[in-house]
Amino acid sequence: MTAKSDLTLTVNGERHAIRVEPRRTLADALREDCGLTGTHLGCEHGVCGACTVLVDGEPVRSCLMFAVQAAGKDIRTVEGLAPRGSLHPLQQAFIDHHGLQCGFCTPGFLMLAAGVLAGQPDISDDELLDVLSSNLCRCTGYENIVKAVRAAADKMRPAR
Amino acid sequence: MTVEKLRVIGQPLPRLEDPPLVTGRGRYAADISFPRQLCMRVVRSTFAHGRLKGIDTSAAKAAAGVFAVWTAADIPDLSPIDFREGKIERLEPFRQPVLARDRVRYVGEPVAVVFADDAYLAEDAADLVTVDIDELPPLLTADAPPGEFDAGRSTAADVVKQGYGDVDAAFRRAHTVVELDLRIGRHSGVPLETRGAIARYDAGRDVLELHGAAKVPHRNREALARMFGRPLAGVHLYEGHVGGGFGIRGELYPEDVLVCAAALRFGRPVKWIEDRHEHLVAANHSRQQRHRIKAAVDADGQILAIDDEFFHDQGAYLRTHAIRVPHMTCGILPGPYRVPAYRAVGHVRLTNKTPAATYRAPGRYETTFVRERLADAVAAKLGLDAVEVRRRNAITKAEMPYARPLEALGEEIDYDSGDYMGLLDAALTRFEWTKTQAGLTRRRAAGEAVGAGFALFVEKAGLGPTDGVRVTVDPHGFVEVVTGSSSVGQGVETVVAQICAETLGVDYRRIRVVHGRTEMIEYGIGAHASRATVMTGSATHVAATKLREKALAVASELMQAPADTLDIVDGMVVRRDRPGGPSMSLGEIARKIAPTSKTRGAHEPGLSVTGWFDSEHQVYPYGAHLAVVRVDRDTGAVAVERYLAAYDIGRAINPMLVKGQIVGGFAQGLGGALYEEFRYDARGEPLSVTFADYLMPTAREVPRIDIMLTEDAPSPRNPLGIKGAGESGITGVGAAIASAIDAAIGKPGAITELPVTPQRLKDILSRA
Repeated sequence: MTAKSDLTLTVNGERHAIRVEPRRTLADALREDCGLTGTHLGCEHGVCGACTVLVDGEPVRSCLMFAVQAAGKDIRTVEGLAPRGSLHPLQQAFIDHHGLQCGFCTPGFLMLAAGVLAGQPDISDDELLDVLSSNLCRCTGYENIVKAVRAAADKMRPAR
Repeated sequence: MTVEKLRVIGQPLPRLEDPPLVTGRGRYAADISFPRQLCMRVVRSTFAHGRLKGIDTSAAKAAAGVFAVWTAADIPDLSPIDFREGKIERLEPFRQPVLARDRVRYVGEPVAVVFADDAYLAEDAADLVTVDIDELPPLLTADAPPGEFDAGRSTAADVVKQGYGDVDAAFRRAHTVVELDLRIGRHSGVPLETRGAIARYDAGRDVLELHGAAKVPHRNREALARMFGRPLAGVHLYEGHVGGGFGIRGELYPEDVLVCAAALRFGRPVKWIEDRHEHLVAANHSRQQRHRIKAAVDADGQILAIDDEFFHDQGAYLRTHAIRVPHMTCGILPGPYRVPAYRAVGHVRLTNKTPAATYRAPGRYETTFVRERLADAVAAKLGLDAVEVRRRNAITKAEMPYARPLEALGEEIDYDSGDYMGLLDAALTRFEWTKTQAGLTRRRAAGEAVGAGFALFVEKAGLGPTDGVRVTVDPHGFVEVVTGSSSVGQGVETVVAQICAETLGVDYRRIRVVHGRTEMIEYGIGAHASRATVMTGSATHVAATKLREKALAVASELMQAPADTLDIVDGMVVRRDRPGGPSMSLGEIARKIAPTSKTRGAHEPGLSVTGWFDSEHQVYPYGAHLAVVRVDRDTGAVAVERYLAAYDIGRAINPMLVKGQIVGGFAQGLGGALYEEFRYDARGEPLSVTFADYLMPTAREVPRIDIMLTEDAPSPRNPLGIKGAGESGITGVGAAIASAIDAAIGKPGAITELPVTPQRLKDILSRA
């Protein structure tokens, strides 16, 4: 067994002082040590993207990152996408466009889209499809996910 | 002022399920934890076939944080896992033991389990368990000569047969015989959430709880109660959120039994969460069959008889479904066609691979590929148009209901309603089939490898025999619908709420639907076989109708008006004849007949009723899939340019959800048609053990598809005419894509095997 060390994760603006082994993944630390189970694990080898969170604004597969590597960084998870009691435009669009069925992949898609749209508010349809093809969904056949993200992007784009 | 009745059934209303799921507040299996829980890790066989000589657990037991390590010797009293639908004595020797005893029969078979303080430590310790196995030659194909399962027992586990009519005579007088050898690959549901099971024993209540349940909680409760010798009231299953089912999740697996056994023995909660590698070798596989099929046809292309012999690759054991998939395969193969004589013989063969069972549209995906390949081949051989061959053989609307002396899931096949050619013709028109074909011909002439194909099929849904639902209005007018159904993410809460809302006369958002909770309702058959909307939905209709009558009877006394002058609108009882007149809320009525109410009179206490819906026969929706594909001759890659899924659902409760089911099913079907396959090497080592090897379609591969949803043939077998939504999106995909690829490469009948991987297609293209 490897020795545990103390570290602080800043998640959705809140500081979580945790004590974990160096090998603990960010995903496990978020779920088990910070109690934020909205981040899901679908493959634990970086393909499905269900565990996608934002680290300093960039979409990251939290199953491929160690918790210690995330110390001092700004982490955002699905729980922090909108203040409690309200919905982010992406969350509302997923509901409106039936972009989820079982909902297991949804947090990963939401965080992926949130990260990408923040950097590329004018993303083209083709680029968007490329980005969204980095995560897996087994229920929806993607069509409504693509529609939802496109609708949210149009809504979020600052007026010119 | 007029009283507006809210139309709820048939509306694409937003789902009740969504708010917690989009905010990260769902509760999937891995999200459930209990104080002092142990984490379980399974040690699995790394050999496909071998004699188990010994297991050394000493190092694992001594490892940090380890509480216990079990092998089969630690659970001598646990029986193998039973078949769900009852005893089949001749097949019992082929059931899977909870932990392997003397032999291992597939890579991934559980041989030991480690219980430790956390999941990391359990996994560390599992690596320290050494398993001594004498390797035996593996059997990896169902059509190879059978081997030995154990002493005196062959791997030819069973032969299933169904049929009718004089097949041999039909072949003797046939104008033409068309013969094919077809294969469907091994693939499966592979939900995004892996399996999970968390058991705890509450000594205070003497109740064993299993969390992470899905699909059939009540049935699994019966099985666990039997295995552990406990009363039903002493075992409860809890379904939380479920990350996709597709047939494979919710069956009773060895891991479910192990966490329960450990929780009972240790008195501590035990949690097991499957990892993806495990899932791909341990959860049910599906589909793999080889069919040698032939049709006797007359000069006009009318089928006189079909004779099918198939080999069903069952994998290492018979799990909870026993032989249901191969048996159903026999029963449903003829599909939409009038087949005067029919014989199907299925060889159920055990192989040294992961056990197989149901995956969305079990037996239908396979047989639609086989039957539609056969129909295409008849057309090609006789030089007839492929649509015309269907027209000459399809059962007509006038022949409905159409019974066949065949069975599926223990019921006689009896098509309830439908106009198969009517749907296909409408789909062809919508697809502009003739114009499309002309355009493709031009493109082919210009050198492109493009083509169109289609498939016609009958689905089945609404497996009975019964469902019971309890509907209760509370004193504040909120409604609870307690069902024995399950949610695998398909939206059953919304659909049931919509049916209840319209029948009773309340806002669907005031309705809470309970499912997957054995402590809340005594009976339940769960969600599978596209049964939830048909069976639970119909029971909800029955219960809500009774509840409405009761509410109106009470209101009639209180409002001093005949019941037939009253209506319920948005939770308020109103006078039909006096809009804007006196009214009272359902909550008020519930209070008036509360058990302690002095105004209750002779009424049964509480505004609550139970309704049952019985069904002797399943219902039979039907569909047609049309595809245009483009083949890259250099790489062997196939791109789907256009796709239409036409489906007659009888009645759609929520068309948005139905379409979601169809698109999702299509994507899975595309996976099975082009990408997904569990492959093995010559030693039986699985090669598809990550998402880099087992290729599920992404947003790039799944084109936007067109859906034609019709309600031309409501089922006469339930009050709302419902036929079920879950499976039609997947059923015809393999068949339609295969047919389109044939056309694209100009080789009728070229596609004989799914999935059509680039390697296989390159191979076909290179054969002149």
